[in-house]
Amino acid sequence: MVYSTQLLLQKTVVLSALSVTLFAFVNYLTITTTHLPLLVHDKAKPTLTTFEDNKEKNLHQSIPQVKEINNQISAMWEEYGLSPSPYATDGEWCRRVHLDLIGRVPTVTELREFLNDNKVDKKQRLVEKLLSDPAYEPLFAENFTNVWTNILIGRAGGTERNSLTNRQGMRDYLYESFLTNKPYDTLVYELISATGTNAPDKENFNGAVNFLTMKLDEDGVLATAKTSQIFLGLQIQCAQCHNHPFNDWKQEKFWELNAFFRQARPLRRFEPGTRDVTHVELGDQDFVGEGSTPEDAEIYYELRNGLLKVAYPTFIDGTTIPRSGYVSDVNRREELAKLVISSDWLEKAAVNRFWGHFFGHGFTKPVDDMGPHNQASHPELHDYLAVELRKNSFNLRELIQWIVLSEPYSLSSRSTRKNKTDDPLLGEPPKFSHFYIRQMSAEQLFDSLLIASEAERSRGDRKEQEQARNRWLRQFVSAFGNDEGLETTTFNGTIPQTLMMFNGDLTNAATRLQGENLLNKVANSDMTNLEKITYLFQAGLARNPTRSEIGIANQVLNARDGDIPATMQDLWWAILNSNQFILNH
Amino acid sequence: MSQSPLNRSRRHFLAHAAGASAMTIPALSLGNSLLAKTTELRKNAKSAILLWMDGGPSTIDLWDLKPNSPSAGEFKLISTTGDMQIGEHLPMLAKQMHNLSIVRSMSTREADHTRGRYYMKTGFVPNPSIEHPTYGSVVAHELADQVPELQIPPFVSIGNSQLGAGFLGMSWAPFNVDSNGQIRNLQGLRDRKRVNQRYEILSLLEQEFEKQQRGSAATDHRKILSETLEVMTSTQMSAFEVASEEQKVKDRYGNTNFGRGCLMARRLVEAGVPFIEVNFGGWDNHQNIFPTLRDTRLPDMDRAMSALVEDLKERGRLESTAIIWMGEFGRTPRINGNAGRDHWARAWSVVVGGGKFKQGIAVGKTNEDGTAVETTPYTSQDLMASVCHALDIPLKTTYQSKSGRPMKIANGGKIIKDLFA
Repeated sequence: MVYSTQLLLQKTVVLSALSVTLFAFVNYLTITTTHLPLLVHDKAKPTLTTFEDNKEKNLHQSIPQVKEINNQISAMWEEYGLSPSPYATDGEWCRRVHLDLIGRVPTVTELREFLNDNKVDKKQRLVEKLLSDPAYEPLFAENFTNVWTNILIGRAGGTERNSLTNRQGMRDYLYESFLTNKPYDTLVYELISATGTNAPDKENFNGAVNFLTMKLDEDGVLATAKTSQIFLGLQIQCAQCHNHPFNDWKQEKFWELNAFFRQARPLRRFEPGTRDVTHVELGDQDFVGEGSTPEDAEIYYELRNGLLKVAYPTFIDGTTIPRSGYVSDVNRREELAKLVISSDWLEKAAVNRFWGHFFGHGFTKPVDDMGPHNQASHPELHDYLAVELRKNSFNLRELIQWIVLSEPYSLSSRSTRKNKTDDPLLGEPPKFSHFYIRQMSAEQLFDSLLIASEAERSRGDRKEQEQARNRWLRQFVSAFGNDEGLETTTFNGTIPQTLMMFNGDLTNAATRLQGENLLNKVANSDMTNLEKITYLFQAGLARNPTRSEIGIANQVLNARDGDIPATMQDLWWAILNSNQFILNH
Repeated sequence: MSQSPLNRSRRHFLAHAAGASAMTIPALSLGNSLLAKTTELRKNAKSAILLWMDGGPSTIDLWDLKPNSPSAGEFKLISTTGDMQIGEHLPMLAKQMHNLSIVRSMSTREADHTRGRYYMKTGFVPNPSIEHPTYGSVVAHELADQVPELQIPPFVSIGNSQLGAGFLGMSWAPFNVDSNGQIRNLQGLRDRKRVNQRYEILSLLEQEFEKQQRGSAATDHRKILSETLEVMTSTQMSAFEVASEEQKVKDRYGNTNFGRGCLMARRLVEAGVPFIEVNFGGWDNHQNIFPTLRDTRLPDMDRAMSALVEDLKERGRLESTAIIWMGEFGRTPRINGNAGRDHWARAWSVVVGGGKFKQGIAVGKTNEDGTAVETTPYTSQDLMASVCHALDIPLKTTYQSKSGRPMKIANGGKIIKDLFA
């Protein structure tokens, strides 16, 4: 079998290493090759793009969009004299695609199934499985619900006292949308024009309203800025008070867009006899205008010099709608929603955001600040994918498939001499000649730790797990409380996060030698020691241990007087705390 | 550069990791030698405290009132122990103004929160291709050498700094804590030997991955690990325990987040931490500005900031500690339709004190209604250069960004001469 040579090799080297350093303790080691069916071979350390890689690349290129991505990305490599890194190992790719699509690392079973699959179309089948297999679709939907909840209402949204946002309501709406593969333009239309109640347990529930319920204060300044930023990728918030310093957004643009939100009314409903908001109902009411002429309902804004100017609803491309403020004449949010989904900024913004999700860097930085002042790294490819997304009815799963089956997504994160200058952290526009490592999001870490401890079954159903996750996430978030609705996270790779990984509850739960816990089951199973070690490395890092790693495990075993479960516990703690665990590579 | 973050980190790392032979020495006890040391810190070690007023405080109602103009708010002027008058709702600070100076001629261009914050805290305007280090990272980087025994991270941010170390690297990132001084998850396994063994395995995993050229995130992670271990084992961490102060001291600072934050800042200065940032938000007063300032912001600020200045002075620390009070920008002289003031960067004030700063004066002047600066206008760079000068950090200090671009400390700003004797 393929694996035995590799392991035999490891065995000899390990044993000889030990004979030098550990002489007396060899009796603790029971590395044998007798129980090997558990172990599988992952493609060894990447060196060169192999014949298999090329076959696979050619296969994926039968999808025209994949081919175009590959062509345009590699054209840029040539232009800059870069050579791509070799392909990532199957284990690395498998881990990557699980994290990006379903928000957690693969289980050992999932990993081995993939590694044992010898067919050339195995990547394509894995992607299809994660996107649409009934067992995985909910995980996919949950992952993108996490991502989009943070985009739409922030990490703190709904946790404020007497909040007008119902986080669960937002999540329920998004979950349903991603589960049913709702076309992206429909999603956006609904979010902008939604009416109804924001809380899942209330009559006339429509979770989509939660995008706007808390952004309509102060004349809807935040609604205006966020709608433009999120769905059109255009940051016009500076233009609220003055002409934009770097692009051609004039102050009037902001207020003309703002005029679309003036009929929207979030009505608070209270707990009887108290001032505690139970839920909010978002609707549209006639807008009389700031000059009290509802048939010509204008708004005013203030220029820098204190003069007032008038504005009517006008989209960023100059399209106007009738000026009446009566909802029966014209529903301004519905009109805006129609204009947004027919604007080509919509698909450009979506493609940029999804590309950024999978590569860690979009075509512009940040992904939601496009325009002439911020040159895209691959303008033609960006435009091409945008057009394709619209042509394919805004089917997000298609877009995702094109991206994850592309060549750049399959490359190793190890840079080479011929591409190490391609580092966006050095301020260079990304060329995608190797995979850029990045820290897991807090949500990915939480879900991965659950998988890594196999504690998820004891954590209840989807809702209960969600609540547990939300409670845990809250420790990292703080909102600034200013008019931009900004917030910050301490989940940023610094000491508090490391302390949490060293000593926090989740790590403690994952490293406990108790019950149904993965560690406990492995440690006390009848696997050989090598198999146990290998299992833990596969569970945490989607790879087999190296010789020196087996070596140090043996040293610990020795130091712990042959206590195998305790050794596995120390090893597991180290794996979960390692850079390789917390980084998506 | 006085030292690179890499060197600092390596030194710390070696202090713990004790080499590959750790497993063969059963009694190896992590950080024993460190624990044993209750260090006598150098008295003359320099520090800086940034009091960050997030949201853009209305300096026209605090430090530079315009009583007889259309911009006049509801507040009156009061006399101070310094050579200036200030807003009436800062009575306790009025008695400390001989220790502080106001710069009334700040004039900047960034009037949105994110850009303004970035600009004021780094001295640079935001640029998508590079991340500049914030004040705390710069000062910590320059002053970390002066207290070699320091085990607390050299840049502490109370109430969450929004900016980081940028191209200086993760070792200089802020250590974010709450004002209650309780640090989550600080307590690890009690079995030191076992912690050591785990750390040995972890070090190996880290090193193997780092060798594979996968980018700086892997290297950063390893550095943070060793610093985390230090934080977990150091007795110096008791400096965070504000609750252990005498009740009368706690009362003097005020039982508020900002009060506890200022008290913690003083304790950290005494522990030798070179830079502490205390964040105090809620200054984005587009509506009902006067009751908000009078009833919520100013009382807390007045009590805590005056206590800090007084306390540092009494303990002989003010000469070695520079204080900076500022936000992203000021607020419009015009009062808007919602009885608030909007963002205004063209003419506003900051306050400094301690260190080598000349104290008790007001520098610069705005026009009649506070809309423009009439004397030499000062920028974020100039303020940062002045703070560096007050801490004896040479302005010729130059960094290299990750891409090799040279970057002058304080972005080449010029010292505000009037602030120095």
